[in-house]
Amino acid sequence: MIKKAFYKTIPVMAGYIVLGSGFGILLHNAGYGMIWAFAMSALIYAGSMQYVGIGLLTGGASVVTTIITTIMVNARHLFYSISMIDKYKDSGKYKPYLIFALTDETYSLLCDDDGEANGSINRYRFFVSLFDQCYWVLGSVIGSLLGSMIRFSTAGIEFSMTALFIASFTEQWIESDNHLPAIVGIVSTVMCLVVFGSENFLIPSMLLITVLLTILRGKESVEK
Amino acid sequence: MTAAVLVLAMALTTMALRFLPFLLFGKHTPKYISYLGKVLPQAIVALLVVYCLRDVSVVSPPHGVPELIAGGLVVGMQAWKRNAVLSILAGTIIYMMLIRFFS
Repeated sequence: MIKKAFYKTIPVMAGYIVLGSGFGILLHNAGYGMIWAFAMSALIYAGSMQYVGIGLLTGGASVVTTIITTIMVNARHLFYSISMIDKYKDSGKYKPYLIFALTDETYSLLCDDDGEANGSINRYRFFVSLFDQCYWVLGSVIGSLLGSMIRFSTAGIEFSMTALFIASFTEQWIESDNHLPAIVGIVSTVMCLVVFGSENFLIPSMLLITVLLTILRGKESVEK
Repeated sequence: MTAAVLVLAMALTTMALRFLPFLLFGKHTPKYISYLGKVLPQAIVALLVVYCLRDVSVVSPPHGVPELIAGGLVVGMQAWKRNAVLSILAGTIIYMMLIRFFS
């Protein structure tokens, strides 16, 4: 069980240790040491938000600005949670941590496992979530310790994240009979990227996806 | 001190976003929300793929060629072997070689 969970998280390990280190280095350079890297990765545990957070800390942002920025950057987590409500329904004592630790990558690892909630799958999901966070915390602490000492001969290793999503996308495509949600996802996101630009397209994309999938559901129920 | 407050604000806001849907719909999940839960994963993973590639420029060299080749390899490997670790490893190694070749 733990072994299976560990094996599942290996792709995330490489990505999180590299991206976590990047975060730790930047935070170190901004004047916040290892304790801060550890605290942020343990408590916030949201990759892109932590990168943005460095700017908020050094720029002396207000609490209100910080909260609004966090909502903007992390709004997609609402959607992850919505799609996991049924899966996490009967996860008992693991539930609070499973919800807390639902990152992009953990979501992509767990959203396509088709088990009903029961004792062993809850434990499995718990360990997948826990391993992922351990990699992230470890990465950021390593980055903070090494500071500017790291030589970036590892350029390109960040593609492991992209590859993880592409593999997950391909797997879901093969497994599913209905490819419409996947197509809606790609088309909406590319359209919003073109219209809103690479800084601001995430939220519009999510809204457009939700609207289109809602319309498609209406059609489906009429046809039936 | 101020920094600690900001970190806490980020942590609590992120937590609120993650827990809110469970608090609202956890007891009784409306059919519509269940439907979204079923179709959203595929759409969101598609979104994340595009998100990762958002800064790839088609008009300036290397025109997204490394991403295209490495990404295509991941798709092919996954369709062939159905082993995510293998697909990701192969795609990443090829990508790291390609960006050195193209630079």
